[in-house]
Amino acid sequence: MIYCDHNATTPIRPEVLEAMLPFLRNEYGNASSVHRLGSRARCAVEEARAHVAALLGARPSEIVFTSGGTESNNLAIQGMARASGGGAIVTTPIEHASVREAVGRLQEEGTVVHEVPVNDLGQVTAAAVAARLSEPCALVSVGWANNEIGTVQPIGDIAAFCGRCATPLHVDAVQAVGKIPIHVRGVDLLSISAHKLGGPKGVGALFVRSGIELRPLLVGGGQERGHRAGTENVAGIVGMGAACRLAAAEIGAYGEACLALREALWEGLRGAAPDVCRNSPVDAECLPNTLNVSFSGVRGEALVAALDLDGVAVSSGSACAAGAGEPSHVLMALGHTADAARDGVRFSLGRTSTMAEIEHVVSITAAAVRRIRAARRRMLNGEC
Amino acid sequence: MVNLKDPRHQASDSEHSPFTIHYSPFDTLTAPRGERVVVGMSGGVDSSVAAALLVEDGYEVIGVSMRLWGDASGSGCCSLDDFLDARRVAAQLGIPFYVMDFRDVFTRNVVQPFVAEYLAGRTPNPCVHCNQFVKFASFSDRARELGAQWVATGHYARVIRDPQCASAQLWAAVDAAKDQSYFLFAIEPEVLARTLFPLGGLTKTAVREHARRLSLPVAEKPESQEICFAPKGEYADFVARYAGNTVQPLAGAIVDDAGQMLGTHDGIHQFTIGQRRGLGLSAPQPLYVTAIDAQTGTVRVGARAATLAQGLRATRPNWLTDGPLPVGTRLRIKIRSRFAATPVTLGAATEDGFEVWASAGLPAVTPGQAAVLYADDRVVGGGWIERALPVAGAITPAHG
Repeated sequence: MIYCDHNATTPIRPEVLEAMLPFLRNEYGNASSVHRLGSRARCAVEEARAHVAALLGARPSEIVFTSGGTESNNLAIQGMARASGGGAIVTTPIEHASVREAVGRLQEEGTVVHEVPVNDLGQVTAAAVAARLSEPCALVSVGWANNEIGTVQPIGDIAAFCGRCATPLHVDAVQAVGKIPIHVRGVDLLSISAHKLGGPKGVGALFVRSGIELRPLLVGGGQERGHRAGTENVAGIVGMGAACRLAAAEIGAYGEACLALREALWEGLRGAAPDVCRNSPVDAECLPNTLNVSFSGVRGEALVAALDLDGVAVSSGSACAAGAGEPSHVLMALGHTADAARDGVRFSLGRTSTMAEIEHVVSITAAAVRRIRAARRRMLNGEC
Repeated sequence: MVNLKDPRHQASDSEHSPFTIHYSPFDTLTAPRGERVVVGMSGGVDSSVAAALLVEDGYEVIGVSMRLWGDASGSGCCSLDDFLDARRVAAQLGIPFYVMDFRDVFTRNVVQPFVAEYLAGRTPNPCVHCNQFVKFASFSDRARELGAQWVATGHYARVIRDPQCASAQLWAAVDAAKDQSYFLFAIEPEVLARTLFPLGGLTKTAVREHARRLSLPVAEKPESQEICFAPKGEYADFVARYAGNTVQPLAGAIVDDAGQMLGTHDGIHQFTIGQRRGLGLSAPQPLYVTAIDAQTGTVRVGARAATLAQGLRATRPNWLTDGPLPVGTRLRIKIRSRFAATPVTLGAATEDGFEVWASAGLPAVTPGQAAVLYADDRVVGGGWIERALPVAGAITPAHG
């Protein structure tokens, strides 16, 4: 199996697993306990917190551990809106479902929501956000990088506008962290997830700038400075810390390596399969590991299944529970029709990808596209 | 061990058939072993066993669940639970499994015609439409995209093909109680030639036994029988809701044979030919719907004898023979799914339609339902009932 679906999740890194294992075995203490077992767990959690903070340019006290990116986004958006007591929310039409649904819930409860349009590459301009900030807003929520097509937003510029009018800014950085350098400068809330950068599933974090008030989603024992009650997932948090420590050391090399592979993949596909369209932007405007393409006349669903049968793992749209069918809301926001929005296929590379794999992926994909197009031609001609 | 799926070992209940045509099954070959087969998996016991038997027989099997309707969160068809059951079976069998989206083609070819037929005073059969357009035509297209020449389902019916696999015959299942060949008559011959029905030679009991033998997680799962997109007993509500504000179901009078008004109703979509219950009438004799006039909205009722026709005319036929059969051919017909096949004689038969005549009469011939023709146990063709041909009694039907 050649794994080209790193935006869905990543293989856990061996160093991360090693760091976690003691906390799944003998170091089972509750980080809130007074005894030495508990104390060692507390130390491990706080060391991890420091690693996460360092990767983001934050202070450790500003890191809240959660169950993952979805909880981080919900805590940021619902927690902020409920603490500020009203005011509009500004967001984009290409956000992850956990942002869209959290905003949607507030909208049902009466919050005004403004969607800033994106261009045909999924880019938001700071000016478009600024245009919405002429009236007071409770929160701006923009994803740093898009999960489906990889578009990277000008977060620095957006942060500057938000700072000027004192509007809190939430950034969903789940797809950006570990892939491109990110920093919380000018950002008030920032979501990340461990399993997107070689850590375990079920753990994430929310950066909450010192002084920001949130209404917690979960109340109870007062853990995480009252932002998120519940006994800490010590092993998961330790794994996340380890993954962040590794990512901080390697981020430059990672970007260069992925970019070279990604461009080789694009050149290969373009050469081997006619009528392929690149839905992702190029250069610095895109995550270095992400390539979203459409092969005309080839449904994404069919190509994903065909590639899986031939040992290549990719995605169409974003993963969902039913596992089929929905056109990509991201591609539709970029101006694709509902039909065309079913054709996008995402190749997302990672730390384990190699040039030999890319060459394989190109030839397997080209063959699958040829076969599907031939089947389609036979259908249209009514042959059997 | 006897291969239960090989028709050479299958018993037939038609050894003493009184009809003039006798087909004997070709010496069959199914798909060559090792070839790739895409099997439609609903999460039920039948399609699960079908997939398992194909795996045991050495095919390269791919499981696909068809997402047909709804948002996959509700109950009934296409629920997450059913997909999960199918996925678990596939995992146990060690075969790849995918959920694929057929909602567009299902809405266009099954749901919309279902509603339109009821609004036009006919009684549709959505399962036949689904088999024709979705479960076989579109499905086999998707199979080809996955590099598979063959498709399979858990239907109870048999395909018998010649050694060159060039043509195929559709036969009723060995288990007459489970036979689903009626629902399959409209499959195009080219698609039928690439179809496998692994359960056609098995009884339901045997299928359950296979499921238990293989420890399939769905071995004890109950049957689902109703129309998947509209809960049983609520078709009229569904039609009214789906038609919405665009088309109002036609209201009108309920009259007897003499044209005497007996009552009113608020939509012809609530009635089907032969219906006795829910008429809202009180009469000394049981009354049955004998005709529905979609122009005026009039529903005619009469005694049971008035629902008996001498024959019927069907349109849009699908012939599973080399073209239409000759006039005078003696066949058997099914005009509903639960209907004992009745002897008929073929009248005119063309590529546009056919007429049949039954000396014993045909009860409650219902426009919109499928009329499926059998020679012995072989499905030789079928069509869509347009109208009854003159009733045996003295009464002329409204459509006459």
